[in-house]
Amino acid sequence: MNSHRYRQGPPVWAAVPAVVALAFLVLPLLALAGRADWTTFWSDISSQESLQSLWLSIWTAALSTIVCAVLGLPLAVFIAGLGPRWAAVLRAVTTIPLLLPPMVGGVALLYLLGRNGWLGRSFEAWGWQIPFTSGAVVVAESFVALPFLVIAAESAIRALDRELLDAAATMGASSWQTFRSVTVPIAGPAIAAGLTLTFARAMGEFGATALFAGNAQGVTRTMPLAIYTAFNGAGTTQAAAIAMSLVLFVVALAVLVAARAWRVDSVH
Amino acid sequence: MRARTTAVLAVAALVAAAALALSGCSASPAGTSTPSAADSGPTTSGRLTVYAAASLQTAFDEIAAAFTAANPDVTIDPIDYDGSSTLVTQIEGGAEVDVFASADQANMQKLVDAKLATGETPVFATNTLVVVVGKGNPLHLSSLKDLADPSVQTVLCAAGVPCGTAAHRLLDLAGVTLTPVSEEQNVTAVLTKVESGEADAGIVYSTDAKDAADKVDSFVPPASEVDVGKVVNQYPITVLDGAKHRDVAQAFIDFVTGSQGQSILADLGFGTRSN
Repeated sequence: MNSHRYRQGPPVWAAVPAVVALAFLVLPLLALAGRADWTTFWSDISSQESLQSLWLSIWTAALSTIVCAVLGLPLAVFIAGLGPRWAAVLRAVTTIPLLLPPMVGGVALLYLLGRNGWLGRSFEAWGWQIPFTSGAVVVAESFVALPFLVIAAESAIRALDRELLDAAATMGASSWQTFRSVTVPIAGPAIAAGLTLTFARAMGEFGATALFAGNAQGVTRTMPLAIYTAFNGAGTTQAAAIAMSLVLFVVALAVLVAARAWRVDSVH
Repeated sequence: MRARTTAVLAVAALVAAAALALSGCSASPAGTSTPSAADSGPTTSGRLTVYAAASLQTAFDEIAAAFTAANPDVTIDPIDYDGSSTLVTQIEGGAEVDVFASADQANMQKLVDAKLATGETPVFATNTLVVVVGKGNPLHLSSLKDLADPSVQTVLCAAGVPCGTAAHRLLDLAGVTLTPVSEEQNVTAVLTKVESGEADAGIVYSTDAKDAADKVDSFVPPASEVDVGKVVNQYPITVLDGAKHRDVAQAFIDFVTGSQGQSILADLGFGTRSN
């Protein structure tokens, strides 16, 4: 079925809009690169502020990815095991944060975990504080990135051959053993691709972080916030904003290459 | 059948999300449009786009209402309030704006240097800084030095944003070094963080503190520490060279610098041209 479609080639009517769509995606990035001031590029991206932001972005995104894996994979397995009705409900619940503007997530997190939030109030009493810490960045990033992972992993797990799982069960494997020896190896590449995208989403997070975590150099000012701050004429120069944007572009490319390497289409 | 319903719901959700995204993109609502000003009176009809510093929000909303009441043929689009530096970036990026009011001279100068505002830039108001704290001043803060205590969470505007530039000058004059827990892009964001209780203290304009007096307390740093009168923000206003309705824009500026505009500003606590 697929190979048949490929042999015919893409339909003619789609060619022009497709080229426009591609240009729409690619031209802005070329324009961004065109605006870069290459004479100051290295000093811009190797300034202490840029390096701090980059490092902060990398480790918070990595930690968020781990949080998403620890919480999201079990949720994906759980949803995949449900009947269609409950699976649809839980899938919708997971998808809502994805559809909301991340700013809304930031406000919501503040009302839950902020100093006067439902839970934040108790944390405060124990001397714990989340807003304005790097931990808040991880929380915000995990909140926006988790749905990506759950949806990617759940569809991969659901696509597993039911008979394989049943066979494992009849051979006496526990559900944890089945997960480890059947689910992970077969759905692994798709899950790894999902994790890579989760990392990218966490790295790009802006809205929830700005509202919930704040914007302090070295603590909560991740790359997107540093770019926003520099571009708006506060902090460093606009050239620095462009240079940092290009660094993120390179990171995105690297993520894409990594995600493709995982995918390999060996699943089928 | 169930799959169909799910698919329909999914499409509906996507459409709703797209609609949200699109509505978020357009800066001004597509509300009532006024007829073109071409064939009417000399200065009093048309449609104005005004960008103003965040600290001017209450003042300019009142002034705009008074101005349009006096000139019923003029429509002022909902004024865009943000940090002056953010607004300057947007104007440099090609935003079509008639009037720009900045909270300091440095940001206005950027537009003058970029040849985007070659006309007059009269100063129409001044402002000084105060410290805002939670209602009742729960931590009993009374000086800038108190804000430097690591257990006190202080929020400032980012350097480059007028309120941030001014706050840093004030702290320098007082010889106080502090690490803010967050640096915001406009003064409203600083105030919000203190109002909501997320931060203990913030440095904002005296007019912001006055405006939010029901939600926050404020104090002027003691004279023994620093003379706040040494850090005074001057608010310049200008008609941008790209203005579509130069005459109406100038009429609006004359209104701001005139007696009615000045009295609104004075009532809100701004320093005005007469005092």
